[in-house]
Amino acid sequence: MTETILVTVNMADMNVVKSTGGLRTTGLGSCVGVALYDPMAKVAGMAHVMLPNSDIARETTIKPAKYADLAIPELIRRMCEMDAAPKSIQAKLAGGAQMFAGIGNTDILRIGPRNIESCKDALAKFDIPIVAEDTGGHYGRTIELYCVTGKLVVRSVQRETKEL
Amino acid sequence: MTEFNNFAELHMDILKEIGNIGAGHAATALSQLLDKQVDMLVPNARVIPFWEISNSVGGPEKEVIAVYLRVEGDVPGNLFFILAKESSRKLLKQLVDSRYETGEEYSDMEKSALCEIANILAGSYLSSLADFTQLHMTPTVPALSIDMAGAILSYGLLQYGQVGDLALLIDTTFFEGMEAVEGHFFLLPDPHSFEKIFRALGVPDL
Repeated sequence: MTETILVTVNMADMNVVKSTGGLRTTGLGSCVGVALYDPMAKVAGMAHVMLPNSDIARETTIKPAKYADLAIPELIRRMCEMDAAPKSIQAKLAGGAQMFAGIGNTDILRIGPRNIESCKDALAKFDIPIVAEDTGGHYGRTIELYCVTGKLVVRSVQRETKEL
Repeated sequence: MTEFNNFAELHMDILKEIGNIGAGHAATALSQLLDKQVDMLVPNARVIPFWEISNSVGGPEKEVIAVYLRVEGDVPGNLFFILAKESSRKLLKQLVDSRYETGEEYSDMEKSALCEIANILAGSYLSSLADFTQLHMTPTVPALSIDMAGAILSYGLLQYGQVGDLALLIDTTFFEGMEAVEGHFFLLPDPHSFEKIFRALGVPDL
Protein backbone atom coordinates (compact mmCIF):
# COMPACT_ATOMS: atom_id res chain seq x y z
CA MET A 1 0.00 0.00 0.00
CA THR A 2 1.37 3.39 -0.87
CA GLU A 3 1.02 6.30 1.45
CA THR A 4 -1.36 9.04 0.42
CA ILE A 5 0.48 12.14 -0.65
CA LEU A 6 -0.89 15.22 1.02
CA VAL A 7 -0.26 18.61 -0.49
CA THR A 8 0.31 21.29 2.14
CA VAL A 9 -1.81 24.40 2.08
CA ASN A 10 -0.10 27.32 3.82
CA MET A 11 -1.77 30.04 5.78
CA ALA A 12 -3.62 32.39 3.42
CA ASP A 13 -3.21 29.99 0.55
CA MET A 14 -5.24 27.40 -1.39
CA ASN A 15 -4.73 24.32 -3.46
CA VAL A 16 -6.67 21.82 -5.57
CA VAL A 17 -5.99 18.13 -6.22
CA LYS A 18 -7.70 15.54 -8.38
CA SER A 19 -8.21 11.76 -8.21
CA THR A 20 -5.54 10.78 -5.69
CA GLY A 21 -3.77 12.15 -2.67
CA GLY A 22 -5.17 14.90 -0.57
CA LEU A 23 -4.69 18.26 1.03
CA ARG A 24 -3.51 19.27 4.43
CA THR A 25 -3.30 22.47 6.43
CA THR A 26 -1.84 22.78 9.90
CA GLY A 27 -2.37 24.94 12.94
CA LEU A 28 -5.78 26.45 12.25
CA GLY A 29 -6.62 28.80 15.08
CA SER A 30 -9.04 31.57 14.30
CA CYS A 31 -8.39 30.80 10.64
CA VAL A 32 -10.90 28.60 8.84
CA GLY A 33 -10.01 25.59 6.74
CA VAL A 34 -12.49 25.41 3.87
CA ALA A 35 -12.60 21.92 2.38
CA LEU A 36 -14.56 21.60 -0.85
CA TYR A 37 -15.13 18.28 -2.55
CA ASP A 38 -16.81 17.12 -5.72
CA PRO A 39 -17.52 13.39 -5.21
CA MET A 40 -18.35 12.85 -8.89
CA ALA A 41 -15.22 14.36 -10.37
CA LYS A 42 -13.06 13.45 -7.34
CA VAL A 43 -11.73 16.96 -7.11
CA ALA A 44 -10.77 18.34 -3.72
CA GLY A 45 -9.95 21.94 -2.88
CA MET A 46 -8.79 23.55 0.33
CA ALA A 47 -8.26 27.13 1.46
CA HIS A 48 -6.72 28.40 4.71
CA VAL A 49 -8.75 31.57 5.23
CA MET A 50 -7.42 34.14 7.65
CA LEU A 51 -9.78 37.10 7.59
CA PRO A 52 -13.51 37.43 6.95
CA ASN A 53 -13.74 40.18 4.40
CA SER A 54 -11.52 41.88 1.84
CA ASP A 55 -13.17 45.25 2.58
CA ILE A 56 -10.66 45.70 5.37
CA ALA A 57 -7.70 45.00 3.08
CA ARG A 58 -5.19 47.81 2.99
CA GLU A 59 -2.74 46.05 0.73
CA THR A 60 -2.13 46.60 -2.92
CA THR A 61 -1.90 43.06 -4.18
CA ILE A 62 -4.57 40.97 -2.57
CA LYS A 63 -4.15 37.26 -2.09
CA PRO A 64 -7.66 35.87 -2.56
CA ALA A 65 -7.09 32.87 -0.28
CA LYS A 66 -6.61 35.16 2.70
CA TYR A 67 -10.14 36.54 2.70
CA ALA A 68 -13.25 34.37 2.99
CA ASP A 69 -15.27 36.42 0.51
CA LEU A 70 -12.61 36.06 -2.20
CA ALA A 71 -11.22 32.63 -1.34
CA ILE A 72 -14.40 30.66 -1.90
CA PRO A 73 -15.24 31.92 -5.42
CA GLU A 74 -11.60 31.50 -6.44
CA LEU A 75 -11.39 27.98 -5.00
CA ILE A 76 -14.58 26.97 -6.83
CA ARG A 77 -13.23 28.44 -10.05
CA ARG A 78 -9.99 26.50 -9.73
CA MET A 79 -11.84 23.28 -8.96
CA CYS A 80 -14.02 23.78 -12.02
CA GLU A 81 -10.88 24.11 -14.12
CA MET A 82 -10.13 20.56 -12.96
CA ASP A 83 -13.58 19.39 -14.13
CA ALA A 84 -15.52 19.81 -10.91
CA ALA A 85 -19.15 20.89 -11.30
CA PRO A 86 -20.38 23.65 -9.00
CA LYS A 87 -23.66 21.86 -8.36
CA SER A 88 -22.01 18.72 -7.03
CA ILE A 89 -19.50 20.47 -4.74
CA GLN A 90 -19.96 19.95 -1.01
CA ALA A 91 -18.28 21.89 1.76
CA LYS A 92 -16.80 20.98 5.11
CA LEU A 93 -15.50 23.63 7.48
CA ALA A 94 -13.06 23.45 10.37
CA GLY A 95 -11.40 26.04 12.57
CA GLY A 96 -12.63 29.48 13.48
CA ALA A 97 -11.69 29.09 17.12
CA GLN A 98 -11.15 31.82 19.68
CA MET A 99 -7.70 30.92 20.86
CA PHE A 100 -7.63 33.25 23.81
CA ALA A 101 -10.97 33.33 25.52
CA GLY A 102 -12.06 36.16 27.68
CA ILE A 103 -9.61 38.94 26.98
CA GLY A 104 -10.53 42.37 25.70
CA ASN A 105 -13.50 42.83 23.46
CA THR A 106 -12.22 44.09 20.15
CA ASP A 107 -13.34 42.84 16.76
CA ILE A 108 -10.07 40.99 16.41
CA LEU A 109 -11.12 38.69 19.24
CA ARG A 110 -14.24 37.60 17.44
CA ILE A 111 -12.30 36.94 14.26
CA GLY A 112 -12.88 33.16 14.43
CA PRO A 113 -16.68 33.30 14.51
CA ARG A 114 -16.65 36.08 11.94
CA ASN A 115 -14.49 34.00 9.63
CA ILE A 116 -16.98 31.14 9.87
CA GLU A 117 -19.98 33.38 9.20
CA SER A 118 -18.27 34.91 6.23
CA CYS A 119 -17.37 31.48 4.77
CA LYS A 120 -20.95 30.34 5.18
CA ASP A 121 -22.26 33.45 3.44
CA ALA A 122 -19.89 32.96 0.54
CA LEU A 123 -20.82 29.28 0.20
CA ALA A 124 -24.53 30.14 0.29
CA LYS A 125 -24.05 32.43 -2.71
CA PHE A 126 -22.98 29.40 -4.74
CA ASP A 127 -25.65 27.13 -3.21
CA ILE A 128 -22.95 24.85 -1.88
CA PRO A 129 -24.20 22.75 1.03
CA ILE A 130 -22.13 22.51 4.20
CA VAL A 131 -22.27 18.78 4.95
CA ALA A 132 -20.12 18.85 8.08
CA GLU A 133 -18.26 21.26 10.29
CA ASP A 134 -16.02 21.28 13.32
CA THR A 135 -15.77 24.92 14.20
CA GLY A 136 -15.50 27.26 17.17
CA GLY A 137 -14.16 26.33 20.56
CA HIS A 138 -10.86 27.49 21.95
CA TYR A 139 -8.38 25.13 20.37
CA GLY A 140 -6.26 24.70 17.26
CA ARG A 141 -6.83 22.18 14.52
CA THR A 142 -4.98 20.46 11.70
CA ILE A 143 -7.06 19.11 8.85
CA GLU A 144 -6.57 16.61 6.05
CA LEU A 145 -8.92 16.17 3.12
CA TYR A 146 -8.67 12.92 1.18
CA CYS A 147 -9.39 13.04 -2.50
CA VAL A 148 -10.62 9.46 -2.99
CA THR A 149 -13.15 9.42 -0.16
CA GLY A 150 -13.80 13.08 0.51
CA LYS A 151 -13.18 12.42 4.20
CA LEU A 152 -11.98 15.30 6.31
CA VAL A 153 -9.80 14.33 9.25
CA VAL A 154 -9.57 16.90 12.04
CA ARG A 155 -6.72 16.57 14.52
CA SER A 156 -6.17 18.61 17.64
CA VAL A 157 -4.03 18.60 20.74
CA GLN A 158 -5.58 16.83 23.74
CA ARG A 159 -8.69 15.88 21.80
CA GLU A 160 -9.64 12.82 19.83
CA THR A 161 -9.17 12.90 16.10
CA LYS A 162 -12.45 13.38 14.29
CA GLU A 163 -13.51 12.22 10.88
CA LEU A 164 -16.02 14.32 9.04
CA MET B 1 2.00 52.66 5.66
CA THR B 2 5.43 51.55 6.70
CA GLU B 3 6.99 49.25 4.16
CA PHE B 4 8.78 47.12 6.65
CA ASN B 5 10.14 44.81 4.01
CA ASN B 6 12.21 47.78 2.87
CA PHE B 7 13.80 48.51 6.21
CA ALA B 8 17.48 49.25 6.06
CA GLU B 9 20.02 47.36 8.09
CA LEU B 10 20.08 50.22 10.57
CA HIS B 11 16.40 49.79 11.28
CA MET B 12 16.68 46.04 11.71
CA ASP B 13 19.59 46.59 14.10
CA ILE B 14 17.47 48.93 16.17
CA LEU B 15 14.66 46.40 16.33
CA LYS B 16 17.14 43.73 17.39
CA GLU B 17 18.37 46.05 20.09
CA ILE B 18 14.81 46.50 21.26
CA GLY B 19 14.47 42.73 21.52
CA ASN B 20 17.78 42.65 23.34
CA ILE B 21 16.87 45.25 25.92
CA GLY B 22 13.42 43.85 26.55
CA ALA B 23 14.49 40.26 26.83
CA GLY B 24 17.59 41.19 28.81
CA HIS B 25 15.44 42.68 31.52
CA ALA B 26 13.04 39.77 31.34
CA ALA B 27 15.93 37.33 31.69
CA THR B 28 17.12 39.20 34.77
CA ALA B 29 13.63 38.99 36.22
CA LEU B 30 13.54 35.25 35.55
CA SER B 31 16.98 34.83 37.01
CA GLN B 32 15.85 36.52 40.23
CA LEU B 33 12.69 34.47 40.31
CA LEU B 34 14.61 31.20 40.01
CA ASP B 35 17.73 32.38 41.77
CA LYS B 36 19.75 30.94 38.89
CA GLN B 37 21.72 32.20 35.96
CA VAL B 38 19.73 32.79 32.80
CA ASP B 39 21.41 33.20 29.42
CA MET B 40 20.00 34.49 26.21
CA LEU B 41 20.78 34.28 22.54
CA VAL B 42 21.42 37.27 20.35
CA PRO B 43 17.95 38.38 19.32
CA ASN B 44 16.60 38.06 15.90
CA ALA B 45 14.61 40.67 14.03
CA ARG B 46 13.26 39.24 10.85
CA VAL B 47 10.75 39.96 8.18
CA ILE B 48 9.09 36.63 7.50
CA PRO B 49 6.13 35.29 5.57
CA PHE B 50 3.21 34.35 7.82
CA TRP B 51 3.52 30.62 7.43
CA GLU B 52 7.08 30.63 8.73
CA ILE B 53 6.29 32.25 12.03
CA SER B 54 6.04 29.03 14.01
CA ASN B 55 9.26 27.53 12.60
CA SER B 56 11.48 28.87 15.36
CA VAL B 57 9.40 27.10 18.01
CA GLY B 58 9.14 23.74 16.25
CA GLY B 59 6.60 24.12 13.46
CA PRO B 60 2.87 24.90 13.29
CA GLU B 61 1.78 21.66 14.93
CA LYS B 62 4.19 21.72 17.85
CA GLU B 63 2.34 21.85 21.13
CA VAL B 64 3.45 24.88 23.11
CA ILE B 65 2.50 26.87 26.14
CA ALA B 66 1.81 30.42 25.08
CA VAL B 67 0.93 33.48 27.01
CA TYR B 68 -0.43 36.30 24.97
CA LEU B 69 -0.53 39.93 25.90
CA ARG B 70 -1.87 42.70 23.80
CA VAL B 71 0.28 45.78 24.10
CA GLU B 72 -1.67 49.00 24.23
CA GLY B 73 -0.55 52.61 24.26
CA ASP B 74 1.60 54.55 21.81
CA VAL B 75 2.87 51.53 19.93
CA PRO B 76 0.24 48.81 19.92
CA GLY B 77 1.31 45.28 19.17
CA ASN B 78 1.20 41.67 20.24
CA LEU B 79 3.56 39.99 22.65
CA PHE B 80 3.84 36.24 23.05
CA PHE B 81 5.85 34.32 25.58
CA ILE B 82 6.29 30.77 24.30
CA LEU B 83 7.58 27.75 26.15
CA ALA B 84 7.92 24.21 24.92
CA LYS B 85 5.96 21.74 27.01
CA GLU B 86 9.07 20.13 28.49
CA SER B 87 10.46 23.54 29.39
CA SER B 88 7.31 24.60 31.16
CA ARG B 89 7.48 21.46 33.31
CA LYS B 90 11.08 22.18 34.28
CA LEU B 91 10.24 25.74 35.07
CA LEU B 92 7.33 24.74 37.29
CA LYS B 93 9.45 22.21 39.05
CA GLN B 94 12.17 24.72 39.82
CA LEU B 95 9.73 27.29 40.94
CA VAL B 96 7.58 25.15 43.16
CA ASP B 97 9.52 22.20 44.50
CA SER B 98 12.10 19.83 43.05
CA ARG B 99 10.07 16.83 44.27
CA TYR B 100 7.01 18.18 42.65
CA GLU B 101 5.64 15.98 39.86
CA THR B 102 3.44 17.40 37.18
CA GLY B 103 0.76 15.29 35.56
CA GLU B 104 -0.09 15.03 31.89
CA GLU B 105 -2.71 17.73 32.28
CA TYR B 106 -1.92 21.12 33.69
CA SER B 107 -3.79 21.97 36.84
CA ASP B 108 -5.37 25.37 37.25
CA MET B 109 -2.67 26.21 39.75
CA GLU B 110 0.06 25.36 37.26
CA LYS B 111 -1.60 27.37 34.51
CA SER B 112 -1.97 30.27 36.84
CA ALA B 113 1.71 30.01 37.86
CA LEU B 114 2.84 29.96 34.22
CA CYS B 115 0.63 32.91 33.45
CA GLU B 116 2.10 34.80 36.34
CA ILE B 117 5.68 34.01 35.30
CA ALA B 118 4.90 35.25 31.82
CA ASN B 119 3.24 38.31 33.26
CA ILE B 120 6.32 39.20 35.28
CA LEU B 121 8.63 38.61 32.35
CA ALA B 122 6.44 40.47 29.87
CA GLY B 123 6.07 43.30 32.34
CA SER B 124 9.82 43.74 32.62
CA TYR B 125 10.21 43.31 28.86
CA LEU B 126 7.75 46.11 28.17
CA SER B 127 8.75 48.49 30.92
CA SER B 128 12.37 48.40 29.77
CA LEU B 129 11.22 49.18 26.22
CA ALA B 130 9.04 51.98 27.49
CA ASP B 131 11.98 53.45 29.41
CA PHE B 132 14.24 53.17 26.41
CA THR B 133 11.85 54.68 23.89
CA GLN B 134 9.97 57.01 26.25
CA LEU B 135 6.82 55.63 24.72
CA HIS B 136 3.78 54.55 26.62
CA MET B 137 3.17 50.79 26.60
CA THR B 138 0.78 48.85 28.78
CA PRO B 139 0.09 45.14 28.61
CA THR B 140 -3.39 43.73 28.88
CA VAL B 141 -4.15 40.90 31.28
CA PRO B 142 -2.29 37.83 30.00
CA ALA B 143 -4.14 34.94 28.44
CA LEU B 144 -2.80 31.40 28.40
CA SER B 145 -3.22 28.80 25.72
CA ILE B 146 -1.73 25.33 25.45
CA ASP B 147 -2.04 24.35 21.85
CA MET B 148 -0.48 24.17 18.39
CA ALA B 149 2.06 26.92 17.80
CA GLY B 150 0.58 27.77 14.41
CA ALA B 151 -2.92 28.21 15.77
CA ILE B 152 -1.69 30.45 18.56
CA LEU B 153 0.76 32.61 16.66
CA SER B 154 -1.58 33.22 13.74
CA TYR B 155 -3.59 35.20 16.24
CA GLY B 156 -0.77 37.72 16.43
CA LEU B 157 -0.73 38.11 12.67
CA LEU B 158 -4.24 39.35 12.12
CA GLN B 159 -3.19 43.00 12.08
CA TYR B 160 -0.58 42.14 9.47
CA GLY B 161 -3.04 40.16 7.43
CA GLN B 162 -4.78 43.31 6.36
CA VAL B 163 -1.66 44.93 4.98
CA GLY B 164 0.38 42.14 3.46
CA ASP B 165 1.76 38.64 3.74
CA LEU B 166 4.82 39.46 5.81
CA ALA B 167 5.30 40.10 9.48
CA LEU B 168 8.16 41.64 11.39
CA LEU B 169 9.09 39.44 14.26
CA ILE B 170 11.50 40.22 17.07
CA ASP B 171 12.39 36.90 18.63
CA THR B 172 14.60 36.36 21.65
CA THR B 173 15.43 32.97 23.09
CA PHE B 174 16.77 32.40 26.55
CA PHE B 175 18.04 29.41 28.46
CA GLU B 176 18.40 28.55 32.07
CA GLY B 177 21.46 26.61 33.18
CA MET B 178 22.43 23.13 32.09
CA GLU B 179 18.90 21.89 32.01
CA ALA B 180 17.68 24.00 29.19
CA VAL B 181 14.49 25.81 29.84
CA GLU B 182 13.97 27.39 26.51
CA GLY B 183 11.64 30.32 26.22
CA HIS B 184 10.83 32.65 23.37
CA PHE B 185 9.60 36.18 23.33
CA PHE B 186 7.80 37.15 20.16
CA LEU B 187 7.10 40.82 19.77
CA LEU B 188 4.93 41.73 16.82
CA PRO B 189 4.38 45.47 16.80
CA ASP B 190 1.38 46.46 14.68
CA PRO B 191 2.47 47.55 11.20
CA HIS B 192 1.91 51.27 11.88
CA SER B 193 3.84 51.14 15.18
CA PHE B 194 7.26 50.96 13.58
CA GLU B 195 7.31 54.57 12.47
CA LYS B 196 6.60 55.66 16.04
CA ILE B 197 9.34 53.46 17.45
CA PHE B 198 11.89 54.85 15.02
CA ARG B 199 10.78 58.42 15.55
CA ALA B 200 10.97 58.04 19.31
CA LEU B 201 14.55 56.89 18.96
CA GLY B 202 15.46 59.70 16.60
CA VAL B 203 16.07 57.47 13.63
CA PRO B 204 15.79 59.21 10.26
CA ASP B 205 12.60 58.46 8.36
CA LEU B 206 12.58 55.74 5.81
